Amino acid sequence: MLTWLTEPLEFEFMRQAIAIGLSLGILSAVVGSYLILQQMGMMSGVISHAVLPGISIAFFLEINVAIGAFIAGILSALLVVNIQKRSRIKVDAAMALTLTSFLALGVILITSLNTDRINLDEILFGDILGVTSSDVWRTVIITAIILILTKLFYKELEFYTFDPLGAKACGLPVNLLYFGLICAITLTIVASMQTVGVLLVMSLLVGPAIAAYLLVKELDRMMLVGSIIGAVSSIAGMYGSYYFDLPSGAAIVMIIFGFFLLAFLFSPTQGILTAPELKNKVFYWLRSLLN
Amino acid sequence: MLEVRNLSVSYRHTWAVERVSFVLQPGQVAGLLGSNGAGKSSLIKAILGLIPCASGAIYWKNKPVTKQLNKVAYVSQRSQIDWDYPVTVEKVAMMGRISSTGWFRSHSKHSHLLVRQALERVGMWQYRASQIRELSGGQQQRVFLARAIAQDAELFLFDEPFNNVDSQTESIIFDIFAELKAQQKALLVISHDLSETLENYDKLLLLNKKLIAAGSIETVLTNENINKAYNRYLPVGNSDQRGFPSLPLLTNQKTPELQKSTRC
Repeated sequence: MLTWLTEPLEFEFMRQAIAIGLSLGILSAVVGSYLILQQMGMMSGVISHAVLPGISIAFFLEINVAIGAFIAGILSALLVVNIQKRSRIKVDAAMALTLTSFLALGVILITSLNTDRINLDEILFGDILGVTSSDVWRTVIITAIILILTKLFYKELEFYTFDPLGAKACGLPVNLLYFGLICAITLTIVASMQTVGVLLVMSLLVGPAIAAYLLVKELDRMMLVGSIIGAVSSIAGMYGSYYFDLPSGAAIVMIIFGFFLLAFLFSPTQGILTAPELKNKVFYWLRSLLN
Repeated sequence: MLEVRNLSVSYRHTWAVERVSFVLQPGQVAGLLGSNGAGKSSLIKAILGLIPCASGAIYWKNKPVTKQLNKVAYVSQRSQIDWDYPVTVEKVAMMGRISSTGWFRSHSKHSHLLVRQALERVGMWQYRASQIRELSGGQQQRVFLARAIAQDAELFLFDEPFNNVDSQTESIIFDIFAELKAQQKALLVISHDLSETLENYDKLLLLNKKLIAAGSIETVLTNENINKAYNRYLPVGNSDQRGFPSLPLLTNQKTPELQKSTRC
């Protein structure tokens, strides 16, 4: 059993994959906690698809693709927010339009800028076993920065995400906090591109956070439990990919879903099979049968 | 003194609040009354700068309110809060201390003490470790009241604090209004309830986009004013089932349909 676990570690690429998996698990659970509490789950879908034109332009200009992806992601989020704010259009419609338009722009740019050398498959679906040491460094640095910022602004972010009106009424710069969250989400997506790909990154952001949401009653615990679920899922998915030749991104996503399902069914306080109300119901039902 | 001068708010070419002016002195509790859509919430949000004003100026002690928001405590409508948020009672009350604590600092001992006193005052200290969603509506409202008390503000704005609360909570809230009043705080309270509880207010403001009347209960709640505020003539003592408030103040009846959660 132990050799089964340690054998892959002899390879440099596996050690790097573990480092990136751990780092991403933590990063995406922390950012994802804010994301789901702000009900911005679909926003992560928009941003993750919208990075494509940025990647293409960055590739064309021969600058770091992460920078291009980040800028395009932020622009898409700002477009959604502005459509919503300045018209009667509801946010889901604004998101659907923005997502597809950025994706289409990406497709056009990839063809017309002749940047088809971009490995689209890798961007869309990721390959955790193909990470380089610079990928690892990038992810670890992004994780460290986001964790420090979260620590520094924890109480303000908690207030803002819980009661945005109350926070604004207290004079907190809510627009800045919102923009900060958007930046954090985009950075997380950029960092996860290599691992799970832009199509599946939503899972990493949302899944561990909502599984934890069903298990705990405080935000910091939610981040902690979510981080553990995220990290374990990433690493387990990687082993699945190593031993069974599964696509790594998809394997990670399915394991995250498994964790969610466990929490959904068996959470001590809120699980649909284990919630106290249900126990009471079953208890009374059994008692009425016996009488 | 809170001074609202000529305040107007518009939403996409319709007026929500039109040229409202009034003053509120320290040590006064004012009730803000009006039908659904009369602009009560908009008025309070505009005072706080939460929504833009089309015109007007708002001063607290001769300085613009938005320049001194730490002196203003605001309790929003219950419907605007995500009650499933993973946060405990004590943390919520602690949020009242954030603007005095400042960035990059953790809360001082003094803040912890204020929060404890506030929670004890509303009878919620024993629930400090509970998640907010585990509480009843009245208890949740009391936690928000504790947050406002802990903020140690001078001006208090409440948006429908009596919506969906039990009678125990209602009497705690009125007791605290009286205490805050004794401490020379100024309170502006949106209420939907035209019942005998109006005796707890020193002053009433009757709003229907424009300010219909302001002053004591007797001067504000005349048939003519009620007619203007609710766009309908209501014979005194005739309770109405179609959602329009009658005058239970005079009939001494409560109208339960008025307690529903509403949004202006």
